[in-house]
Amino acid sequence: MTAELVRGQNHPLPGTRLEIRVSAGKPIVAGATLCDERRKVRGTAWVAHPGAPTLPGLEVSRQAAADHRLAVDLGALPDGAHQVNVLLALPVGVAGPVTFGSVAAPFVAVTGLDGTEIASYTITDLSAESAVVALELYRRQDAWKVRAVGQGYAGGLADMLADQGLPQARELATTINDAVARGLARSVAAPPPRPADEARVRAAAQGHPAPGPQSAPPEPAADPAQPVTPAPQPGDGGAPQQPGDGSVNYTHPRRQTSAPPPPPPTAPPAAPGQPAQPVAGDATGWSLEERLYNQVWGMFEDLARTAAAYRSAVDFAESRMEQELDKVLSDPRSRIGGTGDAARAAARARHGDLVDQARAALDRDLAQLAAEAEVVEPALPPAFADWSSPVWHAYRVPMEIPMALRLGNLHLPERPDLHIPMLVRLPLERGLWIDSGRSGTDSLADADQLRRLALDSAVAHAARLLAAYPPGAFTVHVIDAAGTGVSAFAPLVDAGVLAGPPATGAAGVTDTLTRLTQRVDLVQMAVRGGVADALPADLDTGEQLLVVNDFPHGFDDRAVTQLRYLADEGPAVGVHLMMVADREDASEYGPLLDPLWRALLRVTPVPDDHLADPWVGHAWTYEPPMPPPGSQVLSHVLRRVGEARRTGSR
Amino acid sequence: MTVNMTKGQAISLQKNDGGALTSVRMGLGWQAAPRRGLFGTRTREVDLDASAVLFADKQPVDVVFFRHLVSDDGSVRHTGDNLVGGVGQGGDDEAILVDLQRVPVHIDQIVFTVNSFTGQTFQEVQNAFCRLVDETNGQELSRFTLDGGGQYTAQIMAKVHRAGAGWQMTALGNPANGRTFQDLMPAILPHL
Repeated sequence: MTAELVRGQNHPLPGTRLEIRVSAGKPIVAGATLCDERRKVRGTAWVAHPGAPTLPGLEVSRQAAADHRLAVDLGALPDGAHQVNVLLALPVGVAGPVTFGSVAAPFVAVTGLDGTEIASYTITDLSAESAVVALELYRRQDAWKVRAVGQGYAGGLADMLADQGLPQARELATTINDAVARGLARSVAAPPPRPADEARVRAAAQGHPAPGPQSAPPEPAADPAQPVTPAPQPGDGGAPQQPGDGSVNYTHPRRQTSAPPPPPPTAPPAAPGQPAQPVAGDATGWSLEERLYNQVWGMFEDLARTAAAYRSAVDFAESRMEQELDKVLSDPRSRIGGTGDAARAAARARHGDLVDQARAALDRDLAQLAAEAEVVEPALPPAFADWSSPVWHAYRVPMEIPMALRLGNLHLPERPDLHIPMLVRLPLERGLWIDSGRSGTDSLADADQLRRLALDSAVAHAARLLAAYPPGAFTVHVIDAAGTGVSAFAPLVDAGVLAGPPATGAAGVTDTLTRLTQRVDLVQMAVRGGVADALPADLDTGEQLLVVNDFPHGFDDRAVTQLRYLADEGPAVGVHLMMVADREDASEYGPLLDPLWRALLRVTPVPDDHLADPWVGHAWTYEPPMPPPGSQVLSHVLRRVGEARRTGSR
Repeated sequence: MTVNMTKGQAISLQKNDGGALTSVRMGLGWQAAPRRGLFGTRTREVDLDASAVLFADKQPVDVVFFRHLVSDDGSVRHTGDNLVGGVGQGGDDEAILVDLQRVPVHIDQIVFTVNSFTGQTFQEVQNAFCRLVDETNGQELSRFTLDGGGQYTAQIMAKVHRAGAGWQMTALGNPANGRTFQDLMPAILPHL
């Protein structure tokens, strides 16, 4: 029977191996500190948090989440640890609640390994606090007990850690917030809400009354950026376009027609007992492009969920086998004759059976998705297509901006050859950071090679963006202060698709940044003042991309400030940032630049598993979209773009 | 044909023609009971919540409720929280859809529960029902009436469990008390 604790109440714990479950409805940070017998934290090594999730006998989540499970083995704690404090805190520096008063009361429970609840505690009466000690597990005469604490701190983690006697409290709080923000920045933006879709029976009706305070839906991997709100089009300065005769135009700005869309292609009826043959564009949408976009996001979700089912089944099979083997070990009868061996063999067979069944279900789903990918990939338009796709050979400069762009491929270890296109909405809502550093990747490539790969993938991303926009609607500026990227940027320079030659030296950096900063200021003022037509006639109204190589080389403090300003304010007025950088190079700036990195979507020049899906939070391996080796497709496409820019035609 | 189920009754989820069910929906509907007072017609808002708990060998593995609307594997989906009821005047106000073919292999039981989040007992709720529907053709398989139920705030409605190659449903109709499914866990465990 669960003991429902009230503040201050304690309860004995039956064992030392426990799990602590937290649910809060919103993404929060969970951590734990250890105290000695004088209730002091002896140092930062006694704190488990997302940046350092494992201590002896203790493990916490690596990222903020609405639900947590903390594993605790009280018998394995370091010597001298007499108490475990379970902490909760709200993530700092991201959109979201800043006090516990504005979220539902967090619920914490101590459970055994089999999930039976021992004690639970709902932390009520919180208001201005942003961090709270939820529970403490403490030792009394060689037995462990749990106490409901509920002590909140309006000053956040720093105050809380200082209160526990940790001298480096403030620094550690910064480290923790930083690790959490990195976790949040890793997640892929959630897709726009997918309308109910006949082809995917599991989609459910969404049209229910507005949710109340206790009905917050699960936050998708805590990404504050929802791609459903496109940035205002700089072309019209954000003001509604009016036809020349002064009458009001009632047409939807982004919907060309009010006639019902042509019906999506439907799969031919399946033979009994066979899954339906997949068809490209088999999803809802107003155009084939939108249907393909929805289909790709549907495949992404399906793969995430089928992998979740498989992993959950395998985990369960393993924990059941372990329990059964433990039972055999502790049963004295198993020492007689072959009884023990037979029981062990039976446990292993049960494990094998379940894993086989789970694998069969997974393989069935993977085969279906692979078949779908096979028909979808060739049907994708250039902006969604891989560089190896034949559509790039027939490439023509488009007249309209596509709804999304392929930033790379995603796959899971269960089936590495099944690639899901990673599509992000255009115009970009976040800048890109192509990480040329070694931190975070386990790639064997050496540092110089990584830098070159990062530059090459930056050029491939920039080329794709240029190719996706109509002529003149997208301008690319390059800052290459030390000139180390000359050979990598050559395809862009040679094709004449850049606004000017790459800026070099401190003067070039200052000049480029000043021009773009002024542009952001002007457009912002015009939009806020509602006087879009007052902009100077020579102002380029297209979207701008600034590619920065070798940061912070050539940047003085003023230039760094301007860059941060561009990262924050630019996306809303069509000025985007692409940093090709190693975070270590800029370490002298310390935490000053953290918001900059956080504002950008980090991608890598080599395959790396750092992206999370918005539904289950698996770690997906990201692969940059590179042209096949020896292929001329990039220069071919850039030549077309360059011609169109010069002649203004297609 | 609707079966008005009684407690403990089990029905096999085989279709009449012998085919197995592939997709079922647990629907929940209710209206707030009128209250006497200065303004006689004023009603008190009642918020009932439907939840589904997925068990593997008596261990809870996943749960679908108003804060986690889709099970991680995607097989169980809640259509969204309804805070006031009575919208459809007899239709489902909350529903949980289960795609039986996609339920992971280790999940052997799914227990459906109803809780009164606002704390009213089922005596104060009008026209409350819970039903199980074959989602492929809209046919109602079974129905429970909840109102006039007595002094309790929750009910463990039914469980859907594997039987051989297919699934079977057992009506439980067990009254309990609690605000969310977490409170009901001790009451659910004996029914597994």
